[in-house]
Amino acid sequence: MAKKMHDTPNLDQLESGPWPSFVTGLKRLAKDKDMMVDLLGHLEHSYQTRQGYWKGGTVGVFGYGGGVIPRFTEIKDENDQPIFKDAAEFHTLRVMPPPGMHYNTDILRKFCDLWEKHGSGLIAFHGQSGDIMFQGATAPNVQKAFDEINELGFDLGGAGPAVRTAMSCVGASRCEQSCFDEARAHRLAINTFVGDIHRPSLPYKFKFKFSGCPNDCMNSIQRSDMAVIGTWRDNIRTDEALAKKWFAKHGLSELVNDVVGMCPTRAIQLKEIKDVSKDPHVSSVAVNDSQALEINNKDCVRCMHCINVMTGALAPGQDKGVTILVGGKRTLKIGDLMGTVLIPFMKLETDEDHEKFIDLAQRIIDFFAENALEHERTGEMIERIGLMNFLDGIEVEVDPNMVSAPRTNPFIRMDGWDEEVAKIKARQAAA
Amino acid sequence: MSQPQMRKPIESGVPDNKQYMHPLMVKNYGNWKYHDRPRPGVLHHVSHSGDEIWTVRAGTQRQMDVYTIRKLCDIADKFADGHVRFTIRSNIEFMVGDEKKVASLVAELEKNGFPVGGTGNSISMISHTQGFLHCDIPATDASGVVKALMDELYEEFKNEQMPNRVRLSTSCCEINCGGQADLAIIIQHTKPPRINHDLVANICERPSVVARCPVAAIRPAMVNGKPSLEVDEKKCVCCGACFPPCPPMAINHPEHSKLAIWVGGKNSNARSKPQFMKMVAMGLPNNPPRWPEVAEVVKKILNVYKNDARSWERMADWIERIGWPRFFEKCDLPFTKYLIDDWRGGRVNLNASAHIRF
Repeated sequence: MAKKMHDTPNLDQLESGPWPSFVTGLKRLAKDKDMMVDLLGHLEHSYQTRQGYWKGGTVGVFGYGGGVIPRFTEIKDENDQPIFKDAAEFHTLRVMPPPGMHYNTDILRKFCDLWEKHGSGLIAFHGQSGDIMFQGATAPNVQKAFDEINELGFDLGGAGPAVRTAMSCVGASRCEQSCFDEARAHRLAINTFVGDIHRPSLPYKFKFKFSGCPNDCMNSIQRSDMAVIGTWRDNIRTDEALAKKWFAKHGLSELVNDVVGMCPTRAIQLKEIKDVSKDPHVSSVAVNDSQALEINNKDCVRCMHCINVMTGALAPGQDKGVTILVGGKRTLKIGDLMGTVLIPFMKLETDEDHEKFIDLAQRIIDFFAENALEHERTGEMIERIGLMNFLDGIEVEVDPNMVSAPRTNPFIRMDGWDEEVAKIKARQAAA
Repeated sequence: MSQPQMRKPIESGVPDNKQYMHPLMVKNYGNWKYHDRPRPGVLHHVSHSGDEIWTVRAGTQRQMDVYTIRKLCDIADKFADGHVRFTIRSNIEFMVGDEKKVASLVAELEKNGFPVGGTGNSISMISHTQGFLHCDIPATDASGVVKALMDELYEEFKNEQMPNRVRLSTSCCEINCGGQADLAIIIQHTKPPRINHDLVANICERPSVVARCPVAAIRPAMVNGKPSLEVDEKKCVCCGACFPPCPPMAINHPEHSKLAIWVGGKNSNARSKPQFMKMVAMGLPNNPPRWPEVAEVVKKILNVYKNDARSWERMADWIERIGWPRFFEKCDLPFTKYLIDDWRGGRVNLNASAHIRF
C-alpha cells in the first residue's frame, strides 16, 4: 500500500467518458507506488495552475550520452524542497521498438515486470519520436532498468543533437502496397549509425523514416531529414476478377467520380475495351463486359489514389524501389519545410543496393555534420546553402525530378553552363 | 575506493521484428495481395499464397499502466496467438488467422473498455505529445486533451462515416511534436517571454539563445548589473523558441497561451502532393480538465466536413474544392488579418489569380 492520495478534482473528471482513461491507469499504479501518488498530485497542480513544472538536467546510462529524458520537479516549498518528493525525479528512457512495432506478449510482460520493479509502471506505446517510453524512474533506477531492457535485446533511442530513433510502417509484414523491405532498411540504417544515436555530436537531430509506399503512413516527407518511400517504375498491375468485383459493388458513378476523376495527372481513362491502347506503358483492366480502365503509366505519378480505392484490382508494379527525400521538418526556426526529392528512384533489394543506400546516408550525415550550423536541420541547411551546393557536397547528380518547376528568375551566375551541358551529354552517351 | 563496476551497454540498436511478428505475417512477408474491411475496426488481408489474416484495431490511452498492458496481453494470449502490434497513432492491433475469432475478440476488447475502430474513414486516435505529464516546456496537457476529445469523438472512432480518413493531432507548444494532421490543435502564445534576469547568466548560453530567435528580437544586455538578455517586444512573434534553451524566459502563461486550430495537413501523396496544415482559428482558452471551447470548434469543423465533403476527399481536398472563403463561412469562423501569411515565402499563399468563387 502506498501513501495517501492527494485530492485530484480536475484529473478525476478525466475518469468518466468512454475513451480509455490514463488517469484511471495512473491511480491503479498509485495504489502501490508513492511515486505515482505524488505524480498525480504534480499533474493536478499543473491542471489547477495551467503551467508545466518539469525541468531537464543530466541523467544517463553508462556508456551513452543520450536516450534518457531527465525530469526534475520544479514544484518546491519555501525551503526549496520538493512538495511532491516521491515524484521529484521522473526520468524517461526512450527505447527503440522493432520496425513496425510488433511485439509478443512475452516481451511486453517482461517490460511490465521490470518497469514495475525499477520505475513507475507507466509505459507509452509510443512517443512521437517512435520510441517506447518508459516513463518515470529515479536516476539510480534508470541504469538498473536500462540494464534489464538491454539484456532483453532492446537499446536506447536518440535524444538531442543525434541520429534519432526511426519509424517504419507495417509494410511488407501486412500491407499489399509495400514496395520494399522497410524493416531491413530501417534496421540497417539505424544499426549502422547507432554510435551517432548514443553519442550526440551532430549539429542537431537527424531523423530517418521509412514508408512502404507513397501513402507515407509515417509522415516521412514532413517529419524526417531522410525520407525513404517505396515506389515502382514499371506498370501498375491489374487483377480483372477483383476489378469486376469492385465494379459490381460500386458501379459506374463511383468509378468515374472516385477513381477516374480524382487522378491528379489525368492518367486514367474509362474506355471501351476495343479502344484500349496496346502501348507497352499502358495498364488496363476490364471492369465489365464492354468497358475497361486504361492507365498511362508514363503520366502516372504513383500517388496511390486509384490503388487505394480499388485495392487488389490495381496494385503497385513489380520493379520496385524507393524514392528518397531530404530535409523535412516542422516550423521552428525558418518555417515549415517538406522534404524534397534527392533520389527519384533506387532499387533496394540486394546487399549491394543496401550498401549504396547506407553510403548515401553516410555522405548526407557527414556533410550535415560538417556544414550545418548549431541547431540547424538538414532542410534549413539546404535552404541556406542551396540545393546545388548540397548536391555537389554529397556527389549526387542533378535530376529534373528534384524540382516542381525550373527557376523563374534570372538571378544566377551561369558561367559554367557549357561545361554542365557537356557533362550531361557525356553521361547520356555513356549510359 | 575503487569505482563500482559498471555494466557496458550492448549497442544492439533496433531488434529484429520477425521474432515478435505474428507467424502468418512472417510467412506472407512481402506477399500480400489486397485487403478489405469487413466492419469498422477490422481489416482483412489476403495473401497471394491464399492465406488470410484478420486484424482487430482498438484504441488505447497510449500512456499505459502495466495493468492495462497486461490486460491487453491476456486478450492477445487468449485470442490472437500472443502477438500484437501498435500503429503510429497508439492503436493496438491483434491479428488472427481465423475469421471465427474476430467477433469474440472484438467483444472481449469492448468489454474491457478498449474501443474497436480507427480504420478506414474514421477519426483515428489523436497523435499527441507529453504535455504537463512529462514535458519540460508545455503550455498545456496532452493526454488529458486527447482523453477529453476522444470521449467526444468516440462514435466517429468506432464508425467509418467520414468522407475519408481523418487524422488529428495536438501539441502543447508551437514546436508541434504532434505533427501535421487534417485537424490539429496547437498552443499559440500571445505575449513575449517574461524574463527572470537573476537566472539568465547562470542557466542560459546567451549567444545560442540569441541565435534561436527567428526574428532576431533577442539581444544580450546588462540588467541590474547582471549579464542577461532582452527582447524587443515589438519584433517578438511569441513563438517560444527561446524558452527551451533558456527556461528563465518564461513563455507559457495560464491566460495568454491560447489554443489555435489548424486544418488541411496531409502527409499522403494520394491525389495532391503532401500539404501543410493552415491556421484557421485562434484565441481558444487553455481550459483543463476538458477544454470544452476547443472541443466545440473541433466538432463543428469536423461536422461541416462530414456533411459537405465528397467521398475520398480529405480535409485538404475538400477545402481545395470549396475554397477558403466558403470554408470560413460554413464553419462560422472569422477570417482575420492574422491568418494572412506574412512569413518568408508566405507570398505563395496569396491568391495570384482571378479565381474567385461567388
